[in-house]
Amino acid sequence: MNRYFTSRVKENTSLNAYHNLITLSMPDGAGEAFPGQFYMIEVNRGNDPLLKRAFSLFRKTPDGFQLMFRIKGRGTTLLKEMKKDDALEVLGPLGNRYPVPSEEQVPLVIAGGIGIASVFPFLHEHRGRALVFYGVRSGDEIFVLDELKGMSRDVFISTDDGSMGTKGNIVDVLNNYLDSKSADIGKYVLYACGPYTMLKAVSKVAASKGITAYISMEESMACGLGACLGCVVKTKTGYKRVCKEGPIFNSEEIVW
Amino acid sequence: MNLEVCIGRLKLKNPVMTASGTFGYGEEYAEFVDLNRLGAVVVKGLSLMPKEGNPTPRIVETPSGMLNSIGLQNIGIERFIKEKVPFLKQFDTSVIVNFFGDSIDEYVAAAEKLDHVAGIDGLEMNISCPNKQAGWSIFGTDPLVTHKVVSAVRKKTELTLIVKLSPNVTDIALMAKVAEDAGADAVSVINTITGMAIDIRTRKPRLANIRGGLSGPAIKPIAVRMVYEVKQAVKIPVIGLGGIMNSDDAIEFIIAGATAVAVGTANFVNPKATMEILDGMTEYMKIHGIKDIGSLTGTVNVT
Repeated sequence: MNRYFTSRVKENTSLNAYHNLITLSMPDGAGEAFPGQFYMIEVNRGNDPLLKRAFSLFRKTPDGFQLMFRIKGRGTTLLKEMKKDDALEVLGPLGNRYPVPSEEQVPLVIAGGIGIASVFPFLHEHRGRALVFYGVRSGDEIFVLDELKGMSRDVFISTDDGSMGTKGNIVDVLNNYLDSKSADIGKYVLYACGPYTMLKAVSKVAASKGITAYISMEESMACGLGACLGCVVKTKTGYKRVCKEGPIFNSEEIVW
Repeated sequence: MNLEVCIGRLKLKNPVMTASGTFGYGEEYAEFVDLNRLGAVVVKGLSLMPKEGNPTPRIVETPSGMLNSIGLQNIGIERFIKEKVPFLKQFDTSVIVNFFGDSIDEYVAAAEKLDHVAGIDGLEMNISCPNKQAGWSIFGTDPLVTHKVVSAVRKKTELTLIVKLSPNVTDIALMAKVAEDAGADAVSVINTITGMAIDIRTRKPRLANIRGGLSGPAIKPIAVRMVYEVKQAVKIPVIGLGGIMNSDDAIEFIIAGATAVAVGTANFVNPKATMEILDGMTEYMKIHGIKDIGSLTGTVNVT
């Protein structure tokens, strides 16, 4: 299994002013990626910016893979400018994966903004089983909605500005849903990826309802291989590396 | 073609080493690097007792470099010997253990524990890590203290003893001389340079620990200058490091005065960096008709 290889850009599509979907080629012998894992991607040639950027696997394609990303800083701006056939170095897949739910369990998947990229392959793998709670700032940041509907039992949307779905916070939507299902609360298990504050809120909901939440954590990362010890999160049993023991953690473990 | 170099009593098969803290305990990179091909593996810095390290954010990227403030997180010497040495022992490379302490007694106790452990070939003393909360860079910035701590450790170990120097001093050549006089077999030049970055929107430091150590190509010219100055001042070998990204950089350090080089931040950018650097150095020797890498050391032409 080769986890360090050169990819070619096959397609780099703008989803809106600050979100892109990039399709990369994958050579024979590259490792198989599982939902929740990530790649470190070279965004330029030369030394500035220096480090690779971490992106969750969004989708596997027959001869490659896709990453969905938010254009936020220098690295993602450079990645957005990548053209078809441009070559870039890729390290991955890295990290652990979302645990597979048991047959009786009903996964509730919570995505905040670009967090949808990480949970998307999980929904694909467990087609028809999950309910999706997808929160964004504004309706123009909702992507792949038709596909989400096709892969899940239901999709709940919330937006900060009320332009689509429920106005407000997606964790409140989740909480209300769970309140209405308190009779068989035990069958639910949460899977979440999004901003730190959202994950913290999901963790709180899980604790109050006595259910399990698997969350995808994020930290500044240099190597992606567990060597630099830069990307740690504080857990009840000490610091753990997001790139190695994570990115998926049981929310119970995290010291917020 | 001879790539062999000597560092104290250690004979390295080639001058390419890893820089402490950038290569874990070796196993993290074994998938990408043939450890048998490395001159030496220098492992992540160890202390007597395990250390938890600093809060996050611990790293921040800066122009052509990065600041880190990991806080010397490590599993402690005992666990290292039990869990990591058996893995490292399998490979035909020299294993050099980087270590540090909070007091002279701790340095000495650490060195004693690491001495006479099968599979450990040499020691590198970190007297320069700028991340310590108690006593900011004390050991590496005061010549009298440096002398005291290096002599104390020297008395307790027969292993090749390398002292990793702090660049956060006025005269690094003087510090190298002090380490040599205290019995060091070699010096590593340089550790990271203390730096700081601020988020101008929040006005908060971008590292939780406020300051951090700058590494990467941004510091390379400073490191080359310091290797050059140290080489003039001491007879013991100099290990050059600081922003080496490719074989050209490595050769530049050797010409400046380094006997061996250590690859650090480059491992984060390209996990195969050490292998590519070794191949590139061999290629350079071929092209320039250099039969012995040692003959290149300190050959900078300043006339």
